[in-house]
Amino acid sequence: MTETLKLRTDRRDGLAVVYTDGYINNQGGEQIAKAAYELIDEGYRRILLNLAGTKIVNSIGISILIEIIEKMLEIDGRLAFCCLTPTIEKTFHIMGLAQYAGIHADEDAAVEALRTA
Amino acid sequence: MDGEAVLREISLTLPMGPEMEIAASRAATAVAESMRMSADKIDEVRMAVVEACINAIEHSSSGDQTVYLSFAVFGRGEPERLEVTVRDTGIGFALDELVEPTIEEKILSKRKRGWGLKIMRGLMDDVQVSSGAEGTTIVMSKAR
Repeated sequence: MTETLKLRTDRRDGLAVVYTDGYINNQGGEQIAKAAYELIDEGYRRILLNLAGTKIVNSIGISILIEIIEKMLEIDGRLAFCCLTPTIEKTFHIMGLAQYAGIHADEDAAVEALRTA
Repeated sequence: MDGEAVLREISLTLPMGPEMEIAASRAATAVAESMRMSADKIDEVRMAVVEACINAIEHSSSGDQTVYLSFAVFGRGEPERLEVTVRDTGIGFALDELVEPTIEEKILSKRKRGWGLKIMRGLMDDVQVSSGAEGTTIVMSKAR
């Protein structure tokens, strides 16, 4: 019954995209945070989380994503999300995440916004 | 609701184990699908159920380590509304001491959690919470 999160990272010129596949709970959130902090240590200041493969999240997982947003603010970086299900997008808006991280319908729009931010 | 009757009701008892909230959300999905709720609404119910279960697991400190759920379909002949009840027998909490979280406060705070009830209220049509020494009960409903 486990819904382990799988991650894949695509490092590009000045920007990294992390693709998620599975449930973002506390363990999933920690996995994403680990990947994001590794990218920050490598010098990336623009990170996109593509959640196309994630159909369910919980508030503990999202709380960890807020920690990443906080870290990005500290280093004057930018975090953005794309390809959310309508419910995940609604949840992010309920929580106010859009005030601190871009939320985009597709990856191209998100990459464009991050590159010009 | 006036004139409404319970068309069917399903009860589920789950141990507070790893990812039990996923099992609960699957049950919610099955019931919502049976009343032909839209896919987006089913997804919202599913997420609200996950949050209610996580609240029970994280905060109830219940002795029996069990979450009691019921899914009731209400309507006047046809299914009109799904009501989900999530109950634990834990220590309860003071409802009047709950502070609604905001992103502005959480982004600066060491404690980033505490969003469950706000998410449930945002995703469901109605959410009622009662809590005391006998435990906590959350009753959430959503129209089809």
